[in-house]
Amino acid sequence: MIDEPLYPIAVLIDELKNEDIQLRLNSIRRLSTIARALGEERTRKELIPFLSENNDDDDEVLLAMAEELGVFIPYVGGVEHANVLLPPLETLCTVEETCVRDKAVESLCRIGAQMREQDLVEYFIPLVKRLAAGEWFTARVSSCGLFHIAYPSAPEALKTELRAIYSQLCQDDMPMVRRSAATNLGKFAATVEAPHLKVDIMSMFDDLTQDDQDSVRLLAVEGCAALGKLLEPQDCVAHILPVIVNFSQDKSWRVRYMVANQLYELCEAVGPEPTRSDLVPAYVRLLRDNEAEVRIAAAGKVTKFCRILNPELAIQHILPCVKELSTDSSQHVRSALASVIMGMAPVLGKDATIEQLLPIFLSLLKDEFPDVRLNIISKLDQVNQVIGIDLLSQSLLPAIVELAEDRHWRVRLAIIEYIPLLASQLGVGFFDDKLGALCMQWLKDKVYSIRDAAANNVKRLAEEFGPDWAMQHIVPQVLDMINNPHYLYRMTILHAISLLAPVMGSDITCSKLLPVVINASKDRVPNIKFNVAKVLQSLVPIVEQSVVEKTIRPCLVELSEDPDVDVRFFATQALESSNQVMMS
Amino acid sequence: MHGGDEVVAAPAGPPQPLDWKFSQVFGERIAGEEVQEVDIISAIEFDKTGDHLATGDRGGRVVLFERTDTKDHGVSRRDLERMDYPISRHPEFRYKTEFQSHEPEFDYLKSLEIEEKINKIRWCQTANSALFLLSTNDKTIKFWKVQEKKIKKISDMNLDPSKAVGNGSVASSSSPKPCLVNGSSFDGSYNNLSNDFFPPGGLPSLRLPVVVVTSQETNLVARCRRVYGHAHDYHINSISSNSDGETFISADDLRINLWNLEISSQSFNIVDVKPTNMEDLTEVITSAEFHPTHCNMLAYSSSKGSIRLIDLRQSALCDSHAKLFEEPEAPGSRSFFTEIIASISDIKFSKDGRHILSRDYMTLKLWDINMDSGPVATFQVHEYLRPKLCDLYENDSIFDKFECCLSGDGLRVATGSYSNLFRVCGCAPGSTESTTLEASKNPMRRQVQTPTRPSRPLSSITRVVRRGSETPGVDANGNSFDFTTKLLHLAWHPTENLIACAAANSLYMYYA
Repeated sequence: MIDEPLYPIAVLIDELKNEDIQLRLNSIRRLSTIARALGEERTRKELIPFLSENNDDDDEVLLAMAEELGVFIPYVGGVEHANVLLPPLETLCTVEETCVRDKAVESLCRIGAQMREQDLVEYFIPLVKRLAAGEWFTARVSSCGLFHIAYPSAPEALKTELRAIYSQLCQDDMPMVRRSAATNLGKFAATVEAPHLKVDIMSMFDDLTQDDQDSVRLLAVEGCAALGKLLEPQDCVAHILPVIVNFSQDKSWRVRYMVANQLYELCEAVGPEPTRSDLVPAYVRLLRDNEAEVRIAAAGKVTKFCRILNPELAIQHILPCVKELSTDSSQHVRSALASVIMGMAPVLGKDATIEQLLPIFLSLLKDEFPDVRLNIISKLDQVNQVIGIDLLSQSLLPAIVELAEDRHWRVRLAIIEYIPLLASQLGVGFFDDKLGALCMQWLKDKVYSIRDAAANNVKRLAEEFGPDWAMQHIVPQVLDMINNPHYLYRMTILHAISLLAPVMGSDITCSKLLPVVINASKDRVPNIKFNVAKVLQSLVPIVEQSVVEKTIRPCLVELSEDPDVDVRFFATQALESSNQVMMS
Repeated sequence: MHGGDEVVAAPAGPPQPLDWKFSQVFGERIAGEEVQEVDIISAIEFDKTGDHLATGDRGGRVVLFERTDTKDHGVSRRDLERMDYPISRHPEFRYKTEFQSHEPEFDYLKSLEIEEKINKIRWCQTANSALFLLSTNDKTIKFWKVQEKKIKKISDMNLDPSKAVGNGSVASSSSPKPCLVNGSSFDGSYNNLSNDFFPPGGLPSLRLPVVVVTSQETNLVARCRRVYGHAHDYHINSISSNSDGETFISADDLRINLWNLEISSQSFNIVDVKPTNMEDLTEVITSAEFHPTHCNMLAYSSSKGSIRLIDLRQSALCDSHAKLFEEPEAPGSRSFFTEIIASISDIKFSKDGRHILSRDYMTLKLWDINMDSGPVATFQVHEYLRPKLCDLYENDSIFDKFECCLSGDGLRVATGSYSNLFRVCGCAPGSTESTTLEASKNPMRRQVQTPTRPSRPLSSITRVVRRGSETPGVDANGNSFDFTTKLLHLAWHPTENLIACAAANSLYMYYA
């Protein structure tokens, strides 16, 4: 029988085969503990073979096992024994569940990266070859992700063979295998020597780019950028550029969508000259694509793309498209454009921005969909830096006011979030005139979330402009509202007070805020009263000791004798906490 | 015995009519036995190899059958023939397993009962000898994996399992030291065992559990891998998996959604025919299927009798079709029933993807996807019912949804009818083959062979006499039909001439 101190570890081992999946999972997660208890030799000779046979377990357990084995080298006796870990992972590479296979491949790569060269040749490369020749597609899918580890240490003859095998995988019958080959081509290519790169890898790449399946071709798009960076610039222009241009006119919108998303990276790969001559036209086509999804992707990259062009090119080619997009029939396209277009201002410079971009901003600010307007407003700081706010402010205000009164509360909420940003950009003067009233209005909104956000907004404005300003422009107006006939609005004001107090400091809190709170303790609604108790509790650390003694505690004591049970509860709680503060 | 595989290369011309023979029946009805509603078969589907067959029923169960005659023979059929061995074998299936795919549910938000009835089954890519299939009821699609598991026994535990209470599991909560099991105190107890607690050679007294395979017996286990729900406001009428092995579609009356098999939390709406105002609704989707090889093409049929082919490459929302297949209405033939009987109940692509077979209430139509002016062939199935449309409307039979299927070689088509009959028609150019069979052990007993050219009314079926039926509808000529026994679901083996069809709760198979 097992000794007492070994009992937990014995349970752990037994639970590797428990019927309850949760217990098996727990044991697998503690595999390193089990391995240490067994010692390196028995781990190699018993535990690992045991795990190799444990391959028909639930996927959750297999996933955990695949992950644990990836960091198992220290427990089998170090790198010279790393090869014993390969068999269980090889089995996991063939299971049907994608996430288990992916994790097993990841772990194999991690182990392979540490293995000694001769072990790689002796164990790892044969494993890759076995998987690549697997009967089921699952094994072949997994093999694709291992070539970049196997290849560098292979002797010349084996290298040729590995390239040939990969090429076979690129033409596999199953689209899943071809997709995996396409996904991993970039990684594999990075390990292949330059001469082979130009011949072997490029021909595989060509196969993939002409695949019947859209799903394979669109993965090949991603490979373009990775491969392009590996090739000499002139080779890249000769081999990759035509492919990109072709892809940008592919029949499938999903492929074009992919190009629109990736084009920026592709430009980096081919360099500035071909970008100008070939990719700018391609990009312009994508911006004018028939499919809204493609235009959305392209519009979202407009700023990034302009940054790598010189301003003249951007003005000449891209800006006309941007103008069209700003009146696109799809609101999502306009919205995507609005979220990035402000970034174009620094690229184009002041003159071009005022002349060309400003009208677009203004039209987007009047867009019928609130998302578009919100996106413009959210990036206001970028354009402010270039042209200053004056030119914008005239159009800005109606847009803000309209959003502030939008009938969808989420839109109102979104604009409130931007008010502190706007305030800092527009400056105190503008804010006082136009926006101050709005901020107060939100405190009386019908929707709780808006009132809540409005209270927070008041606090952030006080932080932005300082206590003096707040004393003049916020506090009196807020405090006025404590007399609102509806108790929910009075509650909002209490909340605002508790937020404002730390910003305003002890003096103002005592002289202005506290009396209002104390007054509210005589409210007829219990909800107000117990919120008073909560607010008072939050004020205790802010105000001076004497004020607590003289004003806050008597009020709390009175509340703690209230007929309402909730009021008593919160008042007592506040009293106790004030005691603790005083003691410390 | 007729020619088997070794049909002498016939000179160009229509293939010989097939001689159908009864092969097997599962769940045969004993005389007088009442069929339970839940046992009625509602879906049939062969997998890609034809080695497996799945049926679904109204009780939400999926039953799998597997082929036995090819598997357990070391020698291939062709070899046997070469050895001049008489081929006495015909395709044979055996019951493999069954599982409960769907359960009845209740949608509390809409106060709607959701039936467990399986509307469609589709097989997915096989991997590692595990079978995968999709099954759907009106609302929820499920992805199933069916796999053999060896029966194993665990022995040689560290702790004597007999001392523990419960199913021999040491770690059950009833173990003598519950606080040590899998709880926080347990974690703590061996976290205290610091590195130096374990001697370098390990602790020899610890043993790994030994797994013993007790017998060659295996257990078939069906596990639901993913549930794709909450994506359909209306009833799902079709699911179809894509040739890319990664996606599938599901269609309801007004929308078609595209899913990734691995992602059950979101789908993309690719077709939406819902008008802004539901009063403007004139047409609903009745069936949808992916092209067998082109991953970007799919076809869907409508209640107005049209088939639309769409190209997923064109646009994200494929409301505009790439091709429309419609037969122009014959002038002057319009009646109250015109639209009802034009509604297509099922469409199927041929194996090569060149043709689409559609079934409406009266006919089977074969379309060439390169010709949208009209069908290349029309086979009358229910022409004899035309005078009775009023009755059929009264008893709702006119809304019965008959399925259709094509043979793997694309030379023949089949569909079901009333009185448990089904028709097989030759669709090769020049073929006049047209056979009516009954789903019973003697399929040819009522058969009257009257070779007719397609497109001409077939009168043979009207001469069928139904004996001993409870509610015979007798027409003026004394012929009767039984509208309660209808053969809605049938499937053709992908490579051989084998038809599986469902008559109520029974699954009949015929070969030729």
